[in-house]
Amino acid sequence: MAKVRKPKVAVWKFASCDGCQLSLLDCEDELLAVAGAIDIAYFLEASRAVVEGPYDISLVEGSITTPHDAERIQEVRRVSKFLITIGACATAGGIQALRNFKDVKEFISIVYAKPAYISTLEKSTPIAEHVKVDFELRGCPINKYQLIEVISAFLNGRKPNVPSYSVCMECKRRGTVCVMTAYGTPCLGPVTQAGCGAICPAYHRGCYGCFGPKETPNTASLSAWWRKLGVTEQDLVRAFRGFNAYAEPFRKESEVHEQKQ
Amino acid sequence: MIGEQFLVERRDLQKLLDALQKKGYETVGPTIREGAIVYGPIASVEDLPIGWTDEQDGGRYRLKRREDSAVFGYVVGPHSWKRFLHPPVLSLWKARRNGKGFEVVPNNAEPPQYAFIGVRSCELHAIFIQDRVFTNGKFTDPHYQARRQKIFIVAVNCVQAGGTCFCVSMKTGPRATVGFDLALTEILEGQRHYFVAEVGTEKGAEILRSVPTKPAQPSDIQIAEDRVARAARQMGRHLDTTNIRELLYRNLEHPRWDEVATRCLNCANCTMVCPTCFCTTVEDVTDLTGTEAERVRKWDSCFTLDFSYVHGGSVRASARARYRQWLTHKLASWIDQFGTSGCVGCGRCITWCPVGIDITEEVRAIRQSEAAQLSERGG
Ligand code: SF4
Ligand code: SF4
Ligand code: SF4
Ligand code: SF4
Repeated sequence: MAKVRKPKVAVWKFASCDGCQLSLLDCEDELLAVAGAIDIAYFLEASRAVVEGPYDISLVEGSITTPHDAERIQEVRRVSKFLITIGACATAGGIQALRNFKDVKEFISIVYAKPAYISTLEKSTPIAEHVKVDFELRGCPINKYQLIEVISAFLNGRKPNVPSYSVCMECKRRGTVCVMTAYGTPCLGPVTQAGCGAICPAYHRGCYGCFGPKETPNTASLSAWWRKLGVTEQDLVRAFRGFNAYAEPFRKESEVHEQKQ
Repeated sequence: MIGEQFLVERRDLQKLLDALQKKGYETVGPTIREGAIVYGPIASVEDLPIGWTDEQDGGRYRLKRREDSAVFGYVVGPHSWKRFLHPPVLSLWKARRNGKGFEVVPNNAEPPQYAFIGVRSCELHAIFIQDRVFTNGKFTDPHYQARRQKIFIVAVNCVQAGGTCFCVSMKTGPRATVGFDLALTEILEGQRHYFVAEVGTEKGAEILRSVPTKPAQPSDIQIAEDRVARAARQMGRHLDTTNIRELLYRNLEHPRWDEVATRCLNCANCTMVCPTCFCTTVEDVTDLTGTEAERVRKWDSCFTLDFSYVHGGSVRASARARYRQWLTHKLASWIDQFGTSGCVGCGRCITWCPVGIDITEEVRAIRQSEAAQLSERGG
């Protein structure tokens, strides 16, 4: 049997904390299989060796926040056959998208001694606003099993099992007691996409919405219920302005409550 | 001995568990975890929620201390027995690459032999309903059947109903009438604490022989009956089921579906907690090297978009369509499909809906609007 060429994978970083790339390094048990199945050709977090493109898969972490990045992502797209964005920054703009609700120039003048040296865009935007994205993997950070699932699916030419239904489905399957119903703890699980395995409710915390809005999220109904649980309009704004603040359903919901404050 | 009733003192309840465990049963039942009464392993009577009760309403559940030390003084929680008979995640088979072909490795793991402790009447009915779904002649599910045929059921008659219970409306409780090996009614009276135990099967009789008992007198049986009758009067919810199938079928375009869709989160909690909902999806997963594949079955729900996805999109794209599918399946098309209602009135979907949507309230709204229209027309 002729030796099959291993798919070449690149991992790219834009504005982000590196947490999602670390999920790949965190696949300790699976890493050998990963390394055997793919050629990680460009991954500065793990190695300095760089293999030239084109790449079969590009994993893109981070959002676009500078004019330079806006150009660089075009280059990444040109050298990639499949472009997969990983994490809340790349799929929704990340926590840094909080700037999108304010005037970024004001921040710059407060934070930096020489604002003139700072070259930045008005908004932090997801990769899909700039180039065509083949698959978006959610999470802050992403779930390593989902990452392996997406890579395996790609390598085996099948559809990844990455559902877009609620966190509640995972919460109930694992038998966790609902924190909202049993203790009145506000939880974003009913409007958030599954994928984390419902970790927070298993530790008696409400969901923070790390995986962003689920399919057809009814944020208005959940907010109305949170109000009955005693959550203020201001805290509702904060809840929807997390890592996925700029994902449209969360953005719109936070704006509704901002106006009511 | 079947049909006969005996008295079992509270202090001898442990002997019942011992007898079951000695027979090789894994005893599972209600226990407190994470602030609720869930179903888990019961090694001894002390693992049961002694002296606890639950307060339930739409979207709200709270554990409360009781003033007495009742062992079964609460109703049903977020778990149901379907967790054990129809597990939420189940590996069906694996396949391994084998030269040019592949070999299938079926999941032949022997399922545990469970004794369910504290099955309520509504839950017995839910098990019968799932029996009709899974052990239906040609279409028998081997995984369900393997678990189901081994179980031992210790039923408990409810002597107190919950805030969202409506078994009386669904004719499924609160007294366990069939399908149990043993059924207990708990009685606390002054210093006396005992159970009236009814024998349902030969298996049940055999177990009870290892427990000290006395024959129950007619007066004991009367006390037990009175307690259960009291529960029947305490139902937290009520559902008028008169011609319910026709009522729902004639109202498929009722504006109430739009109204409930503004509140429904399509989060699927109601279907996950419902003891009769049975839908699953299968996921095929492969490993990175492509040498192993696995087929996993998981609980699914009619509230997801994927559930009704056919080429080109989801048939039930709107929340309205999904809620309507769920409610009309439970209360109407289930009757066409399986010959019974799909709802046993356990109230779980009401309590565990994060926004307190109430199946009885939705039906009432539709029924009342029809009645109002009729009276307007001078009918
Ligand atoms: S705890 Fe949160 S995620 Fe879990 S079922 Fe309740 S609302 Fe959903
Ligand atoms: S619905 Fe009836 S049988 Fe079920 S727990 Fe409530 S009172 Fe008991
Ligand atoms: S009825 Fe309640 S539990 Fe069911 S999907 Fe709607 S919001 Fe979720
Ligand atoms: S529909 Fe609701 S009340 Fe009826 S059996 Fe299911 S969970 Fe219980």
